[in-house]
Amino acid sequence: MIPDHLNLVPPPLIWGIRLPYQLRWEYVLNNKDWFIDGLLLALEMALIGLAFGSVIGLICAFLHSSGNRVAVAVVTTYVELIRNVPLLLLVFIFHFGLPQAFPRRSTGQELVLDLLPTPERTFMVVLSIYAGAYLTEIFRAGILSVGRRYLDAGRSLGLTRMQIARSITLPIMLRTVLPSLSNTFISLFKDTGIAFFIGVRELSFAANRVNTDFFRPIEGWAAAGLLYLVTAWFLAFGLRFLEGRIKWTV
Amino acid sequence: MEVVWESRELLWQGLEYTLRLFAVVIVLGTAIGILGGVGLLYGHAIIRALLRAYVDIIRGMPLIVTIFILFYGPVAYGINLSSFQSIALALAIFAGAHMSEIVRGAIATIPRGQIDAAKSLGLTFWPRLFSIVLPQALPLMIPPWTNLAVDIFKGTSLAVLVSQADFLFSVQKRASARGHYLAFYMSAMVVYFVCCFAISRAGAWLSRRTRIGLA
Amino acid sequence: MSDSRQAVAPATTAATATMPMVRIAGVHKRYGDLHVLRGVDLDVQTGEVVCIIGPSGSGKTTLLRCINFLETYQEGRIWVDGQLVGYRERNGKLVPASEKEIARLRTETAMVFQQFNLFPHMTALQNVTFGPIKVRKVPKDVARQRGMELLARVGLANKADSYPAHLSGGQQQRVAIARALAMEPKVMLFDEVTSALDPELVGEVLAVMQDLAASHGVTMIVVTHEMLFAREAADRIVFMDQGIVIEQGPPAQVLDDPQSERLRAFLSRFRSA
Ligand SMILES: Nc1ncnc2c1ncn2[C@@H]1O[C@H](COP(=O)(O)OP(=O)(O)O)[C@@H](O)[C@H]1O
Ligand SMILES: [Mg+2]
Repeated sequence: MIPDHLNLVPPPLIWGIRLPYQLRWEYVLNNKDWFIDGLLLALEMALIGLAFGSVIGLICAFLHSSGNRVAVAVVTTYVELIRNVPLLLLVFIFHFGLPQAFPRRSTGQELVLDLLPTPERTFMVVLSIYAGAYLTEIFRAGILSVGRRYLDAGRSLGLTRMQIARSITLPIMLRTVLPSLSNTFISLFKDTGIAFFIGVRELSFAANRVNTDFFRPIEGWAAAGLLYLVTAWFLAFGLRFLEGRIKWTV
Repeated sequence: MEVVWESRELLWQGLEYTLRLFAVVIVLGTAIGILGGVGLLYGHAIIRALLRAYVDIIRGMPLIVTIFILFYGPVAYGINLSSFQSIALALAIFAGAHMSEIVRGAIATIPRGQIDAAKSLGLTFWPRLFSIVLPQALPLMIPPWTNLAVDIFKGTSLAVLVSQADFLFSVQKRASARGHYLAFYMSAMVVYFVCCFAISRAGAWLSRRTRIGLA
Repeated sequence: MSDSRQAVAPATTAATATMPMVRIAGVHKRYGDLHVLRGVDLDVQTGEVVCIIGPSGSGKTTLLRCINFLETYQEGRIWVDGQLVGYRERNGKLVPASEKEIARLRTETAMVFQQFNLFPHMTALQNVTFGPIKVRKVPKDVARQRGMELLARVGLANKADSYPAHLSGGQQQRVAIARALAMEPKVMLFDEVTSALDPELVGEVLAVMQDLAASHGVTMIVVTHEMLFAREAADRIVFMDQGIVIEQGPPAQVLDDPQSERLRAFLSRFRSA
């Protein structure tokens, strides 16, 4: 399956040995816009996934902690289902499956096309749902970490359950989950690397394009890998720095 | 749903490929991880630095990058790997990096007093590692190892991009041939869920089994 | 108790024919800039029971760990039963000993720790037999029989199959003592073995140690804050402060007639308590 095309550019002879493959970085450098735009889109999608995923996760976590049987069952099913299925399959379901699930030109299909007009949008929706399942677990652990005595204190002040959740549990919990949020963001950033498969022009798309357009797979993927790596390290470092800077009043 | 059932033999072939891939990768990855984790803690400074670089680089990139680089890289340099071999290698390298960190973390939480007590009895490094440190670290590794195994199983789906043989590929192929995407995807979802869930349960069972004497 | 053992030769005049069981000569230990041991000299004779007292941070634990070579030392020498600990001497210079030699020498000294450090994945009996089987290559059934005897000796024969997590602190520490005894060491090192125990459990552990001390079958170096125990069980008490030995002598002399200001200050804390 690999490709005669690797031999399109004849490799040089060194000390009488023919090198099988010669790296030609100009194919990456001449198209660095692909990579830069791809990197920015990847970060944007990860950020959106984190934001919407956090909303989903918070709602689900509080629903779960309400103890309502139906709510617990629904949230548990959602979390377990999403966490035990590959992201790529979820992407396929939303990208290929959903639009086809409704009769042509039905309101259902129009709705799907309105909600998921582009592959970018589809991927962000899927990533949010995917992130939501993991963030539910993170927030749930956060809620559990809030000590009883805080809740008792709130109850003795006569606060309603809603007020306790908003003014006591939430702020204390956010403090403990912050490092997990940073990690989730970095994971989501790396997870965006499969979106090129449905035509999203993220960072891996650039690598793949260098391969398909110029038959230069190693240069393209190595360049993308390096960018992922450096960005992930910067994010890890920067987010940890920010976590330290946040002043907590609780 | 009948359309899916009609394709069961092709789908089963895909699933078999995926299960084979998973089995190879989990064994290789765990072996790499145990060596890597021990090396990260006790290796010579140069070995530690190299392992640290390996672990951080692989964990800092999406799995898909590792897969593509190992799919094209070795062949381009004259090492002929089958597509199964190259994707198994990529996944094993990925699993090994994560496993190294798991093993290192678990060993590092064993209290220093345990090592002191073992030294005091006159045990040398390897017996200390195998009789005292690893038996205590093992139960700590199993939950994260189980999570990793689930991630690896899900990760095998990325083989669809290069291998043209795994489960997701066979699903995708039959779905487009028969035109019933959603039915095929939902069936695939059930299969992945059952497999991943089984891995989790097996991990939980193992975890209970290995906790003898440990509170 | 024989009084003849109380006269202790200072390290400097040790050029006698027989080497003491433990000889510590001019040992210095630094952790980076922190100078923890500043020239410790101490001889312990075969069968002698020596209690080391001193304020917290004075280097008592560090000294015991150096004797067992759980820590390296930078200057001076330690011999156990005439063998240099952790190093070999080559042309007057110290070179690190091999891992095997260090391990072998460690079997001559057994240590009992403040935090017990029992192996949590082994039963009480397995803890006791592990060393003999694994290191001394004693046959399993012999080791088991001897292990049961030792557990009986520390009053825990009925707990042989319990895991440490199901034993009280006092019981764990007694198992740890049995584990150390099982190696049939020439020297036993005890590092504040009752400090981590609830007050009501201290007695049972001290009783075992007192019994051991009275038998004089093994040389004991005991770091302790239990002054009553030290007075009753010790042949000699050594007072350490700031990394050196300040005073030593028979219990009555050291405890009732302290010569140095530092020892007086240290002891006054126990009197008032
Ligand atoms: N591993 C270590 N690293 C750095 N300093 C240490 C270490 N162990 C002990 N120390 C320091 O050495 C000094 C003596 O400690 P230690 O021997 O435990 O005293 P003691 O047992 O008499 O209380 C203390 O100041 C302690 O902080
Ligand atoms: Mg101490």
